[in-house]
Amino acid sequence: MRSRFQQGLDELRDKLLRMGGLAEQAIDRATEAYRTRDAKFCQMVFTGETSINQAERDIDELALDLLAMQQPMAIDLRFIMAVIKINADLERVGDQAVNIAQRVLDLVSEPEVELPVDIPKMSTSVSTMVQRALESFLDGHAEVAESVLQMDNIVDRMKDEAFVVLVQKMQSDPQLTRAALNVLLIARNLERIADHATNIAEDVIFWVRGADVRHGGAHYPY
Amino acid sequence: MGVGIEVRGLKAWYGKSLALKDIDMSVPANHVTAVIGPSGCGKSTFVRCLNRMHETIPEAHAEGEVKVGDIEVYGDGTDPVDVRRKIGMVFQKPNPFPTMSIYDNVAAGLRLNGFHNRKQMNELVERSLKLSALWEEVKDALHKQSGASLSGGQQQRLCIARALAVEPDVLLMDEPASALDPISTSKIEELIFQLKQHYTVVIVTHNMQQAARVAEFTGFFLMGSLIEFDKTEKIFTTPADKRTEDYITGRFG
Repeated sequence: MRSRFQQGLDELRDKLLRMGGLAEQAIDRATEAYRTRDAKFCQMVFTGETSINQAERDIDELALDLLAMQQPMAIDLRFIMAVIKINADLERVGDQAVNIAQRVLDLVSEPEVELPVDIPKMSTSVSTMVQRALESFLDGHAEVAESVLQMDNIVDRMKDEAFVVLVQKMQSDPQLTRAALNVLLIARNLERIADHATNIAEDVIFWVRGADVRHGGAHYPY
Repeated sequence: MGVGIEVRGLKAWYGKSLALKDIDMSVPANHVTAVIGPSGCGKSTFVRCLNRMHETIPEAHAEGEVKVGDIEVYGDGTDPVDVRRKIGMVFQKPNPFPTMSIYDNVAAGLRLNGFHNRKQMNELVERSLKLSALWEEVKDALHKQSGASLSGGQQQRLCIARALAVEPDVLLMDEPASALDPISTSKIEELIFQLKQHYTVVIVTHNMQQAARVAEFTGFFLMGSLIEFDKTEKIFTTPADKRTEDYITGRFG
């Protein structure tokens, strides 16, 4: 057994999980900012993004080193490939959280209005997806990853519903347009995060099973 | 042109010990096929059965069906010498005839086969040296220099030229680059890639990256059995058998 190589793989996994933790935290803080209308949480998201970006660079560097120095094959190669892709997805999750925080700052600059969209509920679903995707990565559980793929539809529907009600709201009460647009954008950011969670889950399935399940093409080579 | 190789129920023994257990494999024509596996897995034995070299070892024998193009390698009336003329072989360590000139090394197989036409022989020697990518380096010293005076990598290409001179259909290579430096290795690998236009190449290698670089198909042997045979990219990215995966990722044993 190549112990130095295995150490490298373990380190890569730990780093990615830590980054995953940062990304989850960013979603939670952005949601908290929305819920409490407290700009302090927005600031935390902005600061946190720097750490996420740094983590992305570290992971890419380590992955590149392992590819160059160890020439991994088969499951190890698929693992590193999955890590590189998940890394990019987590970084985008961080960006989406930043976008949400920016929308929240705009929202709180105006008086609070009542809108018929439950962002915290949507955020909980999205957070769960990210959590489960990372959990499937931690344990190499393709079944858990598959459950994430199922959840993506639910979040998509939530976003579509938000779109319909918010457009109605903007038409019936143009004064609410700015707030409604902000909330609509937040719903879209959350839906994007769900897409990243889906990508992560697909990458885990590819790593574990060697099967490419992207774009609905469940073709198992064995 | 290369021909395909069909192997059915091939078994090989060293004395009473069974070294190959019922191998079935189809090696496609004009492609490079790599044979990988840990030491003692039977990969070299397998390759040596393809041209009846295995039986040259005392108390070793093989049975089963091996069809190379139209030749029934283990057919009743088949002469092993004819088989080896159609199926050339290159070994781990370059083994040129040390006292012979470069020219004579390449021509040796032809002369052994009763070939005497000087003009044709010149042409075949030149063609073989060109195919083995050695011509430019030795064309002015064909008769002046001995095979042993060449570098290791050149010697191996000389051995490849010698194997090609008798115009085989199949080229078997047993670890052809393991004794060479990286530059000579990459020359041999490039050569293998070129040679498949004219020949079917089967290469035994311990070097996974080499198999991945040169071969379109790869077979993994373990304890005398063929565990998995598939396209090389499949073997090295998503092998079907856990034992293949454990071996190529170095988790073996």
